[in-house]
Amino acid sequence: MSERRDLEIIAQLVPPGSRVLDLGCGDGELLAQLQARRGCTGYGIELDDANVLASTQRGVNVIQLNLEDGLALFDDASFDVVLQLDTLQHLRHTEHMLRETARVGRMGIVSFPNFAHWPNRLHIARGRMPVTRALPYEWYDTPNLRVGTFTDFDVLARRNGLRVLDSFGLQEGRVVRRWPNLRASVAVFKFERP
Amino acid sequence: MGSIGRVDPQAMHFAEPLPLASGARLSDYTLVYETYGTLSEARDNAVLVCHALNASHHVAGLSAEGATGWWDNLVGPGKPLDTNRFFVIGVNNPGSCFGSTGPTHANPDPAAGGRAYGADFPVVTVEDWVDAQARLVRRLGIERLAAVIGGSLGGMQALAWTMRYPERIAHCIAIATAPNLSAQNIAFNEVARRAIITDPDFHDGHYAAHGAVPRRGLRVARMIGHITYLSDDSMEAKFGRATRTAEGRIAGADASTPAAFAYTTKEIEFQIESYLRYQGDKFSEYFDANTYLLITRALDYFDPARAHGGDLAAAFVPARHCKFMLVSFTTDWRFSPQRSREIVKALVDNDIDVSYAEIDAPHGHDAFLLDDARYHAVMRAWFERIARHGTRQHVSGEPGAPAAEAKFPV
Repeated sequence: MSERRDLEIIAQLVPPGSRVLDLGCGDGELLAQLQARRGCTGYGIELDDANVLASTQRGVNVIQLNLEDGLALFDDASFDVVLQLDTLQHLRHTEHMLRETARVGRMGIVSFPNFAHWPNRLHIARGRMPVTRALPYEWYDTPNLRVGTFTDFDVLARRNGLRVLDSFGLQEGRVVRRWPNLRASVAVFKFERP
Repeated sequence: MGSIGRVDPQAMHFAEPLPLASGARLSDYTLVYETYGTLSEARDNAVLVCHALNASHHVAGLSAEGATGWWDNLVGPGKPLDTNRFFVIGVNNPGSCFGSTGPTHANPDPAAGGRAYGADFPVVTVEDWVDAQARLVRRLGIERLAAVIGGSLGGMQALAWTMRYPERIAHCIAIATAPNLSAQNIAFNEVARRAIITDPDFHDGHYAAHGAVPRRGLRVARMIGHITYLSDDSMEAKFGRATRTAEGRIAGADASTPAAFAYTTKEIEFQIESYLRYQGDKFSEYFDANTYLLITRALDYFDPARAHGGDLAAAFVPARHCKFMLVSFTTDWRFSPQRSREIVKALVDNDIDVSYAEIDAPHGHDAFLLDDARYHAVMRAWFERIARHGTRQHVSGEPGAPAAEAKFPV
């Protein structure tokens, strides 16, 4: 159940009582837990019909939107925290969405599969694209539009003038702070706009 | 899932005049309504259904005449708005022509000499209707509604409830609606009204006194309305360029043997013409022309942001304790998703609880009346949530909210 542990770890990054916007909220589980356990309020954004239904059944606020259309619905700094978990790799305009995340939220939290995790490197060294738990698809049927590494994101964040407040890796439900670019399948960044 | 079965309308008389937005009053009026299901002992399971342009209090079940309610696919035992759990109220708005006091009823003004109101029926607004509904709901012994639901013009009423009576409504479900009509939308209404008013049988709205009915105007009004309720694609799929043969059969579906044109401007040539004429004819048999004018005007006037300098978010400030569900349909060009998103934004700006589903349905504006699986699944989920909450005032994250069923400690 490392995915659940991952959610738990990420939930702890969200200050209690925060107004939260969860971009790509899936079935609304994290938002439901943030509401129930940390007194947070907010909205989830989802495009997928089944996830909109699941979130509705869970009792969280879900707004059906295509993130590629931008976040025009939301004013500057109108949320304490904007979450973008396991979503970035599905977006065409990643950099734009990162800027939007930083615009709408006083704090942003992003997670994504780290392509530089060592098993992926081994796959590549053998001349094949990796198929792992974090990247479970074959190269020809993946819904991921892009892959990036822990270090890549760090560079992108700094290039966009974001202040990285914390960053670490997640592996098997544990926080990885030493060599996360090599040792973690998931990268997590917490940042703000200075 | 079953039908409610046979239902009979009830009538409630109001002796106290209803003050209207125009400054006029509606004195001594009657509202016709239907109810389905049972009001709980705590009186916390009542849901009000608001009707749109050409519908009525007959929301579900079968009338004495055998007519199925206009939202029977949504409302009934085991249906998304489940009458085994909820006490559902359908009410006919004043100014309508289905039983509640309207232009076809006698004008109580002594100067009218017992004549029907006709064109003298006062102009009513969405807010006036909501005021009338609020009185009826109170007389039914319901202090606070679990929900108000409506589509299109009915959705506007549901929204107006949250601004006028926020303490008397827990949830608002507004489907395929808008915060106001666009210029294009008002334009369609105006064409429909001109069709009626310029009919020689209109007689300045007092056609009843002349023993006439402006049927031609009503037909054209309905035809233009109907075009706007369908999407280009659904009309194409249903009719395409199919023609009617001399025998009245449809031809042209088989492209290899196209029917010969009759080269006439007087007769029906295309199947879509036949369909629109049929809809127009049917409508002109049962709908009142003055009611059509009044209801389209109410649509035009609705604009809650107007009193706040165009700031829709300011209009929703009183509604901050209500929970909202909004639904739009991708092919609805008369009440487009963009208009629903404007409402969502105004609610989000107020930090109000709102969910919004944008249903990818091909049927245009009419989709809100149809049985679409994704649409009805979301409605069902939402009403299950309301069933858990009833009329309780609550805020996000409150213990006892469904979200509190923690699967892991955070």
